[in-house]
Amino acid sequence: MRIVLEIWRQRDPWADGRFVRYEVGDVNEHMSFLEMLDVLNQALVRRGEMPVAFDSDCREGICGTCGFLVNGEAHGPLRNATICQTHMRHFHDGDVLRLEPWRAAAFPVLRDLVVDRGALDRIVAAGGYVSVRTGGAPDANALPVPKTDADRAMEAAACIGCGACVAACPNASAALFTGAKITHLSLLPQGQPERPLRVRSMTEQARAEGFGHCTSIGECAAVCPAGIQLEVIARMNRDFLRAAFSRAAGEPLTVLPVTSPMRRYEAQPPGARETADPAEEPAER
Amino acid sequence: MPLDAKIPAGPIEQKWERRKYELKLVNPANKRRHRILVVGTGLAGASAAASLAELGYEVETFCYQDSPRRAHSIAAQGGINAAKNYQNDGDSVARLFYDTVKGGDFRSREANVHRLAELSVNIIDQCAAQGVPFAREYGGLLANRSFGGALVSRTFYARGQTGQQLLLGAYQALQRQVTAGKVVSHPRCEMLELVLVDGRARGVVTRDLVTGAVRSHAGDAVVLATGGYGNVFYLSTNARGCNATAVWRAHRKGALFANPCYTQIHPTCIPRSGEYQSKLTLMSESLRNDGRVWVPARRGDGRPPGQIPDAERDYYLERMYPTYGNLAPRDIASRAAKTVCDEGRGVGPGGLGVYLDFRDAFARLGRRVLDERYGNLFEMYERITGDDPHEVPMRIYPAVHYTMGGLWVDYDLQSTIPGLFVLGEANFSDHGANRLGASALMQGLADGYFVVPYTVGDHLARGQAKVDTSHAAFRDAEREVAARTARLLSIGGRRTADDLHRELGTLLWADAGMARSRASLEHALAGIPRIREAFWSDLRVPGTGEELNQELERAGRVADFLELAELLCRDALHREESCGGHFRVEHQTPDGEALRDDARFAYVAAWEWRGPGEAPVLHQEPLAFEYVPLQQRSYK
Repeated sequence: MRIVLEIWRQRDPWADGRFVRYEVGDVNEHMSFLEMLDVLNQALVRRGEMPVAFDSDCREGICGTCGFLVNGEAHGPLRNATICQTHMRHFHDGDVLRLEPWRAAAFPVLRDLVVDRGALDRIVAAGGYVSVRTGGAPDANALPVPKTDADRAMEAAACIGCGACVAACPNASAALFTGAKITHLSLLPQGQPERPLRVRSMTEQARAEGFGHCTSIGECAAVCPAGIQLEVIARMNRDFLRAAFSRAAGEPLTVLPVTSPMRRYEAQPPGARETADPAEEPAER
Repeated sequence: MPLDAKIPAGPIEQKWERRKYELKLVNPANKRRHRILVVGTGLAGASAAASLAELGYEVETFCYQDSPRRAHSIAAQGGINAAKNYQNDGDSVARLFYDTVKGGDFRSREANVHRLAELSVNIIDQCAAQGVPFAREYGGLLANRSFGGALVSRTFYARGQTGQQLLLGAYQALQRQVTAGKVVSHPRCEMLELVLVDGRARGVVTRDLVTGAVRSHAGDAVVLATGGYGNVFYLSTNARGCNATAVWRAHRKGALFANPCYTQIHPTCIPRSGEYQSKLTLMSESLRNDGRVWVPARRGDGRPPGQIPDAERDYYLERMYPTYGNLAPRDIASRAAKTVCDEGRGVGPGGLGVYLDFRDAFARLGRRVLDERYGNLFEMYERITGDDPHEVPMRIYPAVHYTMGGLWVDYDLQSTIPGLFVLGEANFSDHGANRLGASALMQGLADGYFVVPYTVGDHLARGQAKVDTSHAAFRDAEREVAARTARLLSIGGRRTADDLHRELGTLLWADAGMARSRASLEHALAGIPRIREAFWSDLRVPGTGEELNQELERAGRVADFLELAELLCRDALHREESCGGHFRVEHQTPDGEALRDDARFAYVAAWEWRGPGEAPVLHQEPLAFEYVPLQQRSYK
């Protein structure tokens, strides 16, 4: 089949982007969507043009690297699937598909369909963990966990961190992502001691990164390839309220400075980027 | 160079205790004066980086992905072994040790494997404490399943996403140290050179994959945890970006490369559907518990499977291995599939597939029972192929899955370059010639959480001069990186990196894949230099080095695969025996089983790089089997 693509092309974070039209003939229905883009890119490279930059790695739907909008839908039309797991048999000959990167202030576009999702790493760094050092853990069976709690924790922990929820949300909120990690840990006994501080720090980090607020629209859960349920946001909100009245309410938050590559580049005009800058060496602490 | 594995003396149960006692310690107040560079952030790298930072060292991590959480450990489905004996079925450290040595076909180092079995129990404790949502029984205790033919139930799992959950546990521990200011994380940053000062690993040169900036990073030790080299075959179950560049750069700087010919091929993957195929997807081996494997008895039989009566089907595993049948081990099942396809009886596109049929199981057990067992796998299969396994048999074919070979390391996981430590799939140490199911996650985490935090400390405590990036060795390494990048960009030929990589992979798969012979390996060794020649004369990489340029990244990785492929074939050619994942057709029993030659080949083959175009030099580390007596595997 023949597919027409209108793809967002943007050279770097400072450049203006625009849609460019490409045609891929000879698309096989068994190709994955990304393999179809591979075919396009191989042709572009042979012509000496820059291929379309897009992120992908495992190509089996678990690493969370891939993702862009297809005609406005995060990861394309297939439910509960990443774009790497979406095959061309779900499209038709002559389809015109518009591909654009995740759109969110907290996800600067690096090139074409590639965005910087470092903000999600910092949300986890702000508190998405149990503070346990290596060694010294008690026997794993010393702390029983009811099976239903473990199963529900697993459902929330299945989040792949792709950022589709943010891209689909009109407020560009990261509530589904943040709520999933908070839910995973607050359902388990191991997560209880840090529960109040965790929810306060992680939500504050999300705010600082420029993600919007949740207004319960639900687009996030509709596009989530890992099937994370909207319920995790309700749990996060409940934990947040409880934390506000807990003894931990006054504890200092563990929020990181927002350091997206965008901001790093803003300090350096494009011409000055080729050489290593010693000022960028991590400061002695 | 004499290869001293530095295995501690004493009974095997006491070796690790003894070594831990002997290891020098770094004064707690001095730990923050040491910087450790960790390359790769999968299970081994993330767990090592987090643990080292907790101890007080300054740590920098590097990964090519956009986040440490995306490393390919995340895709491991099945589970992680641990000798907990929670099921009271007779498991023990000794039994896990025995199974792993035997499963590795007697080509691993006993002392390392025993330590791995000992540490397996600590891993489960650690991960449970982190909040990894392992599967549980109704009583709230951890559930287990059996896996990979083991006679005990020792595999812990989190649905079909065990690798994901264990990696996220390690990643979260790592992110905690980022907040604590002990770890500086460099995502989208690829190591392109190892820097040696006075023969010691003292830093790396990286390329920022967003800006193209080439930068030096100095440290007191370098830890490589960059995974395996399965993508040398182009198509494998590895992620697209998995590559051997870091280990290959280290190899060229003097680290010996051990047993490169030990590659594991997994029998149950979804076959390729066309030339455009970019990767292969594994289907859990558990499917063989209920599915029956067959091909048409007659070659060229083009009828749909449902129209082929039983009498005209060849259930070849059941025919060839009446005792184990469809549950024959990975290497045997893979080779049998190749044999029937080579006979022209394969099914699907290109005749490269065999049926895995659930018809009889549906009739015997009903759809509900089978969907409970395999529902998610059926769904995944249907999503990828468009075929519903309830209606038509699955098609499967073997694919490269794991590489047991890797950089040579001693008992401390230190390579032949002082200060360079190698963990997880990137090293060669624990799986011998064949890895058992659910053991990769165990090894990555044992190395990262529990071995290297001790052994790196010993290296640091012995003292060395302070080095920073102003040292001339860093300028030299930066120049090498810049020159290689410039060369890749300047060829201006007609072929893409993927195109050349695919050609390499096709050759390797045919000549050094499931079955190897002297003739096939010599054919490959003649062909690889020709592809390399084509690469350096006809490659096309658009754009520049000072921008996000995915073609440039790919080209650099393929350049290194083209060298590693040759070493793999040389190693396979020199090893005149069959063992585990290495099958030489000249060396088999009358039944077609792998035939080891313990008298001549019970050693680790560690290769030394002597320069481009020069033959590598073989070094041997003899293997002694004091606790598990040598024996032939049999699955008839």
